[in-house]
Amino acid sequence: MHQTFDAALGINLLHANQEGADHNRAHFDQWGITCFNVMSSPGAGKTALLEKTLAALSPEIKMAVIEGDMTTELDADRLRQYGVPVIAINTGRSCHLDAKMVAGGIHRLAHDYTPSEFDLVLVENVGNLVCPAEFEVGEHVKVALLSVTEGEDKPLKYPIMFQEADCLLITKTDLAPYVEADMEQIAANVRQMNPDVTIIPVSAKTGEGLELWFEWVRSHIRVQLFTNSTQPRQPQPAA
Amino acid sequence: MHETDMTKALIVTVQDWWESQPDRPHISQVHLTVGQFTCVEPMSLQFAFEVQTRGTFLDGAELVIRETPLIAFCHRCQKEYRPEVGIQYACPVCQSPMEDILSGRELKIDRLEYSTDSHSSTAQSVHPT
Repeated sequence: MHQTFDAALGINLLHANQEGADHNRAHFDQWGITCFNVMSSPGAGKTALLEKTLAALSPEIKMAVIEGDMTTELDADRLRQYGVPVIAINTGRSCHLDAKMVAGGIHRLAHDYTPSEFDLVLVENVGNLVCPAEFEVGEHVKVALLSVTEGEDKPLKYPIMFQEADCLLITKTDLAPYVEADMEQIAANVRQMNPDVTIIPVSAKTGEGLELWFEWVRSHIRVQLFTNSTQPRQPQPAA
Repeated sequence: MHETDMTKALIVTVQDWWESQPDRPHISQVHLTVGQFTCVEPMSLQFAFEVQTRGTFLDGAELVIRETPLIAFCHRCQKEYRPEVGIQYACPVCQSPMEDILSGRELKIDRLEYSTDSHSSTAQSVHPT
């Protein structure tokens, strides 16, 4: 006798990744670490921003970097000059970091160092505006970058990343006059879907806005430490 | 091409269920809900599913995707509206930002259709956590 049945599953497609992300976050919480997931398109300036951040905030804040790169260690080598642990993860053909890959990085951090000594782990995601937005890695905070040369419409075209960001850095502001970037329009487009996001225009080249960014970093580590909250999403005053 | 990874996650989930079934039934259809406000392209999912299931327990199974539209709720107007993805997300009437999304973020395996040659007549339902 041939019969047809139905099985109701109702499982999120990203269920396994979400569990992995929660597991990573539990490790971070246990060690008192705040984790930032730093995301943008390729070439928006993630590595340059991290260079400035490591140079300015180390050793005041004890940091480590988990560096996602499809095939090379070029970015990781740039960041190693600043004397902080940089764990490189080659994602191969995958265009984003997922929770499992970052778990590998966390285990290396725990193996080679004393994790409870760290305040902040910066995860530099693979340059991509689409995929990283759907794959949580265990972060407490999402930081998105958008360079002025990319155009004001990008938040409308790639909404998920910008909708979920806690902080948006508009980078390469030194180039804004040359490309006639409309900063107000970029901000307005992001606020359509994410009214609470902190927006900080910065230039890693001239240093513009970096002090505001450093202050944002400091305040978000403190939020984590003092409230023991796992989701510090309170917006800080925008620039 | 993150649809490849999504498909992998999908296959693993379905496989867990399949292996928990004593008679290893033949799965004919996998039903998904994919929201319009996700980073997933249904056509790419279909393609990835077809390629990645070849020669597996899901060979020949059909992937049925139900797409859900992006629907937001405007608190000021106390009304639902449909943002235009890629163009406008704020409320078209009062321009309030899109804050509450009622539909469009789904990425869910809804149900499986399977057949068995056994004499059992009870349809099974599983609800993993």
